[in-house]
Amino acid sequence: MAERTRLRDLAPITVGIASLAAIAVVAELLLLAGVLNRYILPLPSDVLVALVRLVREEDILSRMGLTAFEVLTSGFLVILAGVPLGVLLYRFRLMRAALEDWLGALAAAPIVLAFPLFLVLFGRGPKTIIIISFVYGLAPVVLKTQEGLTATRRVHVNVGRSLNMTPAQMFWKILFPSALPTIFTGIRLSWTFCLVTVVAVEFLVNLGGLGHLINELAERYDMPGAYAAITFVILLSMGFFIVLERIQSWLQPER
Amino acid sequence: MAATGTVTARKAAWLDLDAVAAPSRAAVAGVRVAVACGIIGIWEALSASGLFFGDVVPSLAKIIPAMLGLLGQDVFWTNLQATAWETVAALAIGAVAGVACGITLGANEFLRKAYEPFLYYFSPTPRIILFPIMIMWFGIGIESKIALGALASFFPIALSTAAGMRGIERVLIRVGRSFRASGWQMATKIYLPAMRVPVLTGVRLGFGGGLITVLLAETKLSNKGLGYLVMQYYQRFDMATLYGLLIILFVLAGVSNALIGRWERAGR
Repeated sequence: MAERTRLRDLAPITVGIASLAAIAVVAELLLLAGVLNRYILPLPSDVLVALVRLVREEDILSRMGLTAFEVLTSGFLVILAGVPLGVLLYRFRLMRAALEDWLGALAAAPIVLAFPLFLVLFGRGPKTIIIISFVYGLAPVVLKTQEGLTATRRVHVNVGRSLNMTPAQMFWKILFPSALPTIFTGIRLSWTFCLVTVVAVEFLVNLGGLGHLINELAERYDMPGAYAAITFVILLSMGFFIVLERIQSWLQPER
Repeated sequence: MAATGTVTARKAAWLDLDAVAAPSRAAVAGVRVAVACGIIGIWEALSASGLFFGDVVPSLAKIIPAMLGLLGQDVFWTNLQATAWETVAALAIGAVAGVACGITLGANEFLRKAYEPFLYYFSPTPRIILFPIMIMWFGIGIESKIALGALASFFPIALSTAAGMRGIERVLIRVGRSFRASGWQMATKIYLPAMRVPVLTGVRLGFGGGLITVLLAETKLSNKGLGYLVMQYYQRFDMATLYGLLIILFVLAGVSNALIGRWERAGR
């Protein structure tokens, strides 16, 4: 029975992957037949070969390291600043009433568009990218921390009270653990923002890691290389989101 | 009751566990004004302090006139027009494709399992990096920005439509069937009204994604649009106007987002 459900789940996934492969094969054939223009769409097989070249010649691993460093630094800064801010917002109801909407607007504002300003203010370097990504990623953690704390179940709070807990105990034993899954939802959103912002700014201003590499290869008109680098970054981002989601579902209590 | 109540209430109030009287409107407005004044004060202090190079943090006395001046210039309105046209075209293409794709995936369990994971995980990747490909395919004119913006708005719309399609209450569908509604009637009387909110949620998200992608693409390579204008002021080091333009852009994005949000809530 278990075997059969497994097979039933595997079939669509296989079809999904097979259709991607089929598209690549069809594109390859159409390109070889000259129906599609090779100058705008490189042969998929060339893209695969270019992927190996990127590792050997373009130093893609150390670029990946730089991008990862920028994402993680801004990501952890966001947690360090965002969670306490969320607690403060929860604690001071007046602040919450006054500023929650503003934070929501900040989260939706296209801050990344202000990258020229950040360049002027902080110079052209990884520091600037980290700052933009931090500003962009901050709001979700603050909002979700506050939301998680507010949503603590009354029953749990009452248990704490009946045990005569101090405010500190109340916070660490009841409120914080109960809010943790929601806080992580905020962290997941923020880290997604951080990754996207870092790669986008690297690409836009030609600086540093993976985003820069894509721009460079495209400007060199190395089409297989550019396609390979883009595919690589997309796969990497997808992997990053899948890992974050796994952690989140692991933190989520059984319902 | 009252005596023991106050002790617990005080303790609880420290963590705001109880519903302490909701803050008055006046207090909320007061805090907002204070925070806004605080930010402006810090800004002006930074501007006057000379910590940053000259003109990098211009005083509001320079930014506001520059912003108003910009609103009076043709260059702003023609570039706004270009960006608006690109965004609307991108959203239209993304919405039609997204809704069609969402309905297909929402209606068929097998297709959903086969393709939705790709959409779902691809959706948040940095789409601006596809810009070089779009330039190759559609040239350096507005077509490549429209294509990239359409790609950006497609994903949230498709995912939200698919989720909405699956979320339709079975009862509604059974009611339609028991009235022997025709396929057309089912679509127009049951499915479409029930899908309105999720589709509009997708459109709102897609609009946000499309707009910012279009603007970023304009900063990278273009000769019109507000993103192009941002880069112009940056290169001329006209900081006051650059700040003014960014403020206008943030307000525009916020207002259009709020308008679609209102339309979305009206459907509930």
